[in-house]
Amino acid sequence: MYILIVITVVALLASFWADRGKTLKGLKKSLNMLLGILPMLLNVLILVSIVLYLVPKETLVQWLGANSGLAGYAVAAIIGSIALIPGFVAFPLAALLLKSGVGYAVTAVFITTLMMVGILTLPVEIKYFGRKVALMRNALSLAGALLVGLLIRVFM
Amino acid sequence: MRKLIQKIGLGEYLLVVMFGLVLLISRFTGWSLGLGAGKNFWSFFSEMIAFLPLMFILIGLVDVWVPNNKIEKHIGPGSGIMGTFWIVLLAMLQAGPLYGAFPVAYLLSKKGCSIKNVFIYLGAFSTLKIPMLAFEIGFLGFKFSLLRTLFTLPVFIGIGYIMEWYFKDREFTIDLPAYGKL
Repeated sequence: MYILIVITVVALLASFWADRGKTLKGLKKSLNMLLGILPMLLNVLILVSIVLYLVPKETLVQWLGANSGLAGYAVAAIIGSIALIPGFVAFPLAALLLKSGVGYAVTAVFITTLMMVGILTLPVEIKYFGRKVALMRNALSLAGALLVGLLIRVFM
Repeated sequence: MRKLIQKIGLGEYLLVVMFGLVLLISRFTGWSLGLGAGKNFWSFFSEMIAFLPLMFILIGLVDVWVPNNKIEKHIGPGSGIMGTFWIVLLAMLQAGPLYGAFPVAYLLSKKGCSIKNVFIYLGAFSTLKIPMLAFEIGFLGFKFSLLRTLFTLPVFIGIGYIMEWYFKDREFTIDLPAYGKL
């Protein structure tokens, strides 16, 4: 995080020093981009916040732990695809899963879908990529996550 | 009046305003839904607001300084395995949530990045960020993290190839949702 701040400040200063007009043009573009996506992002974050409150972490662990076999994979893939959990919450949660007896493969499916598939952020993705591309990327990622789970099962 | 509301885009902020009211009411009445969801919201919001403006400033600067198609040689169509290497490296060095990668994907595509590498970028960004890997190793162990990484890499490279194969002869554009005219 601090590195990002330093890089941004240095880049900004260098840019201003080199060409003021160009820099202002770039910043105007930055602001436009930010304001363009802000309302949709806020809406997504609000919905996620409400859903996450209604379905707390303990419930997630229960759901993931309660099913074994194929159903376990399906539940992990569904929850992972829908949930929007930042990494610093997701990994401790995954460690908890392993501890409570959920297998490595199911945990891998959960983690991988969590990272690669975003159903709640789909509206944002569609705004950038269009419906078709966004749906395809998510569908392929879901299939890929299941494959990763399968491989983990074989090798771990 | 309606025009004015449309102009400042209040319609899009309707949910935000309503949520704000709920939070305010919850503060006085102690409604647990408002307080709980509010707590979640602030943790997401602080992540977003710390990170997104910096990201957009950098994107804006790169956009005005790097000429279009300048980096095509390195990550464009025909850049081969080295192009993929550079794009994975770029993604690994970043941080932040996936929605922060979408505007970068727009920028990359505009500057000449191939379709394949755009999706490899998104894949690497979502699964191989170094700050996140460190976290993963800490909580889930080295073996699990290494295997997951090794298996995920060919998966998202494959997705890149599939997307390029499918969209090569079809229309493929990444839009930039913007507030005003650019």
